[in-house]
Formats: sequence, structure tokens, C-alpha cells
Amino acid sequence: MESKAHEKDLNLKATELTLGLPGRDEIIELPNQNKKRGLPVDSKNEEGSTDAKNAQKETPPAKAQMVGWPPIRSYRKNSLQANKNAEGETATGIYVKVSMDGAPYLRKIDLKVYKCYPELLKALEVMFKFTIGQYSEREGYKGSEYAPTYKDKDGDWMLVGDVPWDMFMSSCKKLRIMKGSEARGLGCDV
Amino acid sequence: MDSQRKKVLVQVLNLVTSPKDRSSVSLVCKDWYDVERHSRRHVFIGNCYSVSPEIVTLRFPNIRSVTLKGRPRFSDFNLVPPNWGGDVRPWLEVFAAEYPQLEELRLKRMTVSDESLEFLAASFAGFKALSLLSCDGFSTDGLEAIATDCKNLTELDIQENDIDDKSGDWLSCFPETFTSMEILNFSCLNSDVDFDALESLVSRCKSLKVLKVNKTVTLDQLRSLLTHAPQLLELGTGSFWQELTPSQHSELERVFSNCKNLYAVSGLWQATALYLPVLYPVCTNLTFLNLSYAATLQSWDLAKLVPYCPHLRRLWVLDTVEDQGLEAVGSNCPLLEELRVFPSSPDGDDIVDGVTGSGFVAVSNGCPRLRYVLYFCWQMTNAAVATVAQNCPDITHFRLCIMTPAKPDHLTGEPMDEAFGAVVKTCTKLERLSVSGLLTDLTFEYIGKYAKNLEYLSVAFAGDSDQGMQYVMNGCPKLKKLEIRDCPFGDAALLSGLEKYESMRSLWMSACLVTMNACRSLASKVPRLNVEVMKDDEIGDDSQADKVYVYRSIAGPRKDAPAFVLTF
Repeated sequence: MESKAHEKDLNLKATELTLGLPGRDEIIELPNQNKKRGLPVDSKNEEGSTDAKNAQKETPPAKAQMVGWPPIRSYRKNSLQANKNAEGETATGIYVKVSMDGAPYLRKIDLKVYKCYPELLKALEVMFKFTIGQYSEREGYKGSEYAPTYKDKDGDWMLVGDVPWDMFMSSCKKLRIMKGSEARGLGCDV
Repeated sequence: MDSQRKKVLVQVLNLVTSPKDRSSVSLVCKDWYDVERHSRRHVFIGNCYSVSPEIVTLRFPNIRSVTLKGRPRFSDFNLVPPNWGGDVRPWLEVFAAEYPQLEELRLKRMTVSDESLEFLAASFAGFKALSLLSCDGFSTDGLEAIATDCKNLTELDIQENDIDDKSGDWLSCFPETFTSMEILNFSCLNSDVDFDALESLVSRCKSLKVLKVNKTVTLDQLRSLLTHAPQLLELGTGSFWQELTPSQHSELERVFSNCKNLYAVSGLWQATALYLPVLYPVCTNLTFLNLSYAATLQSWDLAKLVPYCPHLRRLWVLDTVEDQGLEAVGSNCPLLEELRVFPSSPDGDDIVDGVTGSGFVAVSNGCPRLRYVLYFCWQMTNAAVATVAQNCPDITHFRLCIMTPAKPDHLTGEPMDEAFGAVVKTCTKLERLSVSGLLTDLTFEYIGKYAKNLEYLSVAFAGDSDQGMQYVMNGCPKLKKLEIRDCPFGDAALLSGLEKYESMRSLWMSACLVTMNACRSLASKVPRLNVEVMKDDEIGDDSQADKVYVYRSIAGPRKDAPAFVLTF
């Protein structure tokens, strides 16, 4: 479902001139508008920000913070928060799903196993039996029909390799190896 | 009644323990009322303001065990301002005078100060069991008093409280001569405890049945504790990850295999596939597994574990196990009666797929005995819920939380009315229901029409008009608790329950459309209700009643209400 919407986005936006990176994941769900009383955080979004970047930065209103929602006791919430903070410290591994366009099932890898991008990319090549092109900041992955991308904390799909490895490790939520025309839209031939 | 008959009646009543049954007994005739009230040992007070300690002690002179609940449930989610009330101190003072032989106190959502804990420890020589759930107001200093002075303590159960955790020193306060502990749960405290003190305590308390430590206790320390307490029935581990040597690892396996009576395991912070296998020997006998703090557990980890747990009745997990994890549960745990799936990222900070209708259906396919369901998800479909209801018609507690407020059916875009309609139509024994998603008045029409055994209903961001709530107030003959937030229900809705509120424990309505006038009107028409409104300074309109709490009471209006609580 998600990837279908994503495909549409890319096809339209790949040819647009934007300041941001192409391929944004924008699924905005608005709660029921019939209520007389709006949700407190919502009203900000509904007025409409003039700054497009801000609107994208603010997580979709459906997932906005609201008092007492979802109904989880603060003890449990704090416990989850503590876990997230500790995650980088324990050696329990950072497992992320890896999908490859066209492959029938996903794989999972532990990012902690790798020390740098070349190691990770090599492992992906072996796992999915394909070749990634040569990375350059200017042109992305040239020389192959594949491009490795990842979903970051903000929900945006980014090209693997642009940010320092540590930053990537802490913000990567999911990996997707894009294939074909979509892949070529990323950073190449703009 | 002659003394012979009385003796027989007392003997019989000793076997009648449920508060409901004892209530019925007391209504038979004056003699029975008298015998019942003298022989009652345990009293359950669901709302501390519905009655006063004086009234309770006057009617029941021989109580040994009290359960007392204070704040409305939505206080757990910060909807009730601090200092609202529910202080246990006035109760303790009366109990100290009237029930010097008090042995057990179980509090939920009450305010308990350190001084109150000190007072408790000093006032009841034979005190045995203290359970504090979702309470606030105390610190670990108060626990020191309990540990030091309660010489006969068998139970100390501290759960999910908002307390000042200064240190773990309290655990060291149990004297060397103290050996009576049977149930010890300090899993929600964060400070380190002195491990030697803990180990010594566990070793000398031979009757210890339940031990739930906090996450500062390491795996290797746990190994040591278990060698001293293989008789445990319930275990809450500490952190379930540590770099262990091979011999430490195999020792850990060995101690677990010695715990032949273990039927419940919880804690399991940072549990991963590496160490979960040490649980395999106890898994066959496990009936309760709480993995809801195992934040790194993936779907395949769970899938590897559950085949070892064929007798599982209750399972708590995080949504990181995803649908595949739940499929494995459905395939391996046919006796499952309770499933709770908690959200790993409730604020939506991380993009988490979590669980969906597919996982829900998978569990219901394999677990027809499901009775209790708590399911947090980001999306759901009417069809999935209807299938779950069909597969599990014995469900008594159905709590579905689609975390995006007012979200429609993920596939069809329609309201989720038919989902809950299916639940109330098919699960005829339903006692508790929490609804979510995009809901019209139709949902409430279904509830009012079909949920004949419903006692407890929670509603948020739902409905179209007063009619919605009216359906519920006019149907649902057994309704006891109704909590509503952010719904377009106004005065007509509130007043439609006029005849019903006295048979209910309480009603909560916040961020709805109720006015002060309606509250005033309700209060004047039904004098034995306390109609309270919490003033919210941020809501400029003085005529609106933003937070309304209505409950029956024979104690009259509260004498300890803070300034922001108006009683009509």
C-alpha cells in the first residue's frame, strides 16, 4: 500500500524541480472533521503553513501529540523511551527490514554488524544477488539499475550514503533497494 | 435467629467470598444482613468517594482486607489535574481505630504519602499485604518504613506508580529476622537495589512464591537468585541481556530447568533470541508470558519461542512482533485466553508498522478460547474485527485502540461501525468494550441494542450527536462505568442517563459539549449523585463543563475537593 502511493509520488515529482530530495512519503490522515471541538494540535496544520518544508517536518496530524492519547500509562511510555535511549548502548543489534523491488519476501539485517557503507552495500549485494553502482555525491549510484535507499526517522526515503555512517545507523528505520526508473530518478540526470 | 441457625449461616457465609454474592446475601432479611456484616472479612470499594470510612467501619466491624480505588481511570493518561484527591490518609486513620487487625490493603489510583506509609506500618501490628497500583505521592522512603516495621509482611506489590524513586536502600531495610515474604514485586522501580540484601532476602524467605525484580538486576544476578528460589511460581526478570561466559550461560539454563513450578514470566527487558532459549525448559508449563517490555523482540524471535509454549493462556507483547509474530501465536497457542498487544511507539515518533487486522485474525483463527483482548494498532478493517468476533464468541473484554483518532476502515474508507456491531452482536458475554476509529451514532445504536452484559464502556473521538450516547443510556442494562472523551455529546446526552446513574459506579465526560447548566440540572434532579466539574482555566467559556465526573455516593459531596473541582 505504502509503496504504491510512493511510486505515484516519484513518477510525478521526479521531474519536478524542488529543493528537497525527491520521493517523500506523504500519507496525511485527517481525523473526523464533524466534531465541533478540534484536536488541539490539529488546528495548526489545518490553518496551513506557508512554509512547505515545515508542513512536511510536522508529522501527519493523525500521529500528533495529544493529551492522554493513545491511552498508555506514563510508566509504560517512559519505559519505552528509556529503551530507545539505551538501544544505542546495548549490543542487541539494530535490525532493519530490507526489501528489494521485485523480490517475493523481505530480509532483515543487523546494522551493527557493519562498520561502514562499503561493508553494508557488499552484504546487500550478496544477500540479493545484484550489483550496486558506483556511489558519487553528485550522481548517486551510477552504473546499475539499482539504488539503495532507506527510510529515516522522519519517514523520508533517502539515498544510502549521503550522511556520515553513524548518523545513518541511528536514523535508518528500513532499507529498500529500488530498481529501474525509480532508481534512476534519485540524484541522477536531474 | 437462634444461635444454632446462626452458626450454620456463618459457616456457609465463610465460603461466600465474592462481594456481589455477599451483597445479595445481605438483602435477604435483617438477620442475614446482620450475620453477613459481622462475618465479612474483605471489603471492595470501587470509588473511594462513594462512601466514607466511618460508614464502612460502622457496617462492617471485622474487616481484615480492604481494596480501595480512587481517581477516575483517565487520570492514568494525565486527564485529571494533580492534587485532585483520593488520599488514603483519612481512611488509614479510621482503620487504625476500627480495624487494628487489618492485614491487607490494596490501593489503585490513590494518593499515598510517605507519612501515610509510616502511619500504616506503625498502626497495624499484623499487617501482611500491601499492593499499590498506579498510585502516587510517595517515595522509596515510605517503602523503607514498610520494610522496617511490618514484621509479618507477606506481600509487597508495587506496580506502575508515579513515585519519587530516590534509591534502592529500602530493600536493605528488611531485618535479618524477616522471613515471611511470599510476594515481592518492585519491577517498576528504577534504582539499583543492594544485590546482597536481595539475595539474602530471597534465600531466607522460604515461602517466596512471586518475585518480580527491576531491570537493574542482571542476568547473572538472576541466575544466583533462582538458585535460592527454585520454588517460584511467578518470576519477573531483570534485564535479560548480558555478556555471559559459556559456563555462566549453561548455569543459567540449568537454574531455569530447576524451576519446576514456574507458570508466569515477565520483565524480560532487552530479551533477544540469544537468551530466550534458556526459558525453554519452563515454557511447557507457562500459562502467562509478559513480553511487553522486550522492546527489541522481533517477529521471528517470537515465532521461535511460542512453539515451546503450548499451554499459554495469557500473552502480553509489543507490536514489534508484527503480524507474523501473531500468526505464530495463533499456530502454537490453542489455549490462549488473553492477548494484549501494546504499542512500541505510541507517540508515532518512529515509523512502526506494528500489527494490523491480519495478525488479529491470525490469532483468532488459532485461539478460539480468547476472552480478553487489548489491541493497539495503527490501522484496522471492519472485516478483520468481524472475523475475530466470529472466531472468538466468548470474548468478555474487547479493547481495540486504533491509535490514529477517528481513523476509518483501512481498506474501504468506511466508518468502523460494523466492526463493533459485529462484536456486540456475536460476543454476547461482553462485559468491557473500548471503541476507536471513525465511528458514527450507528456504533452506539448497536451497543445499546445488543450489549446486554456490558458493564464498562470507553469511548474517544466518536459519534455524531447526542443520539449516540442516548442509545447507550437507554440500552445496556448492566452498565457500571462509562468514560467518554472528545465526543459531540451534549446536555441532552448527559440528561438521558438520569435514571441510570445511580445504578452505575461513575460517568466521565471530557472535551464533550456539556454545559454547566446541565450539570446543575442533573445534580438537582438526582440528589444522591455527586456531579463534579473540573475547571480548566484554558477553556475560556465559563458555561462549558469541560471535565465532568458523575458518581453515586452515600457520603454526600466531597469535603476535600480542591478549588478546581466544583460540586453541583
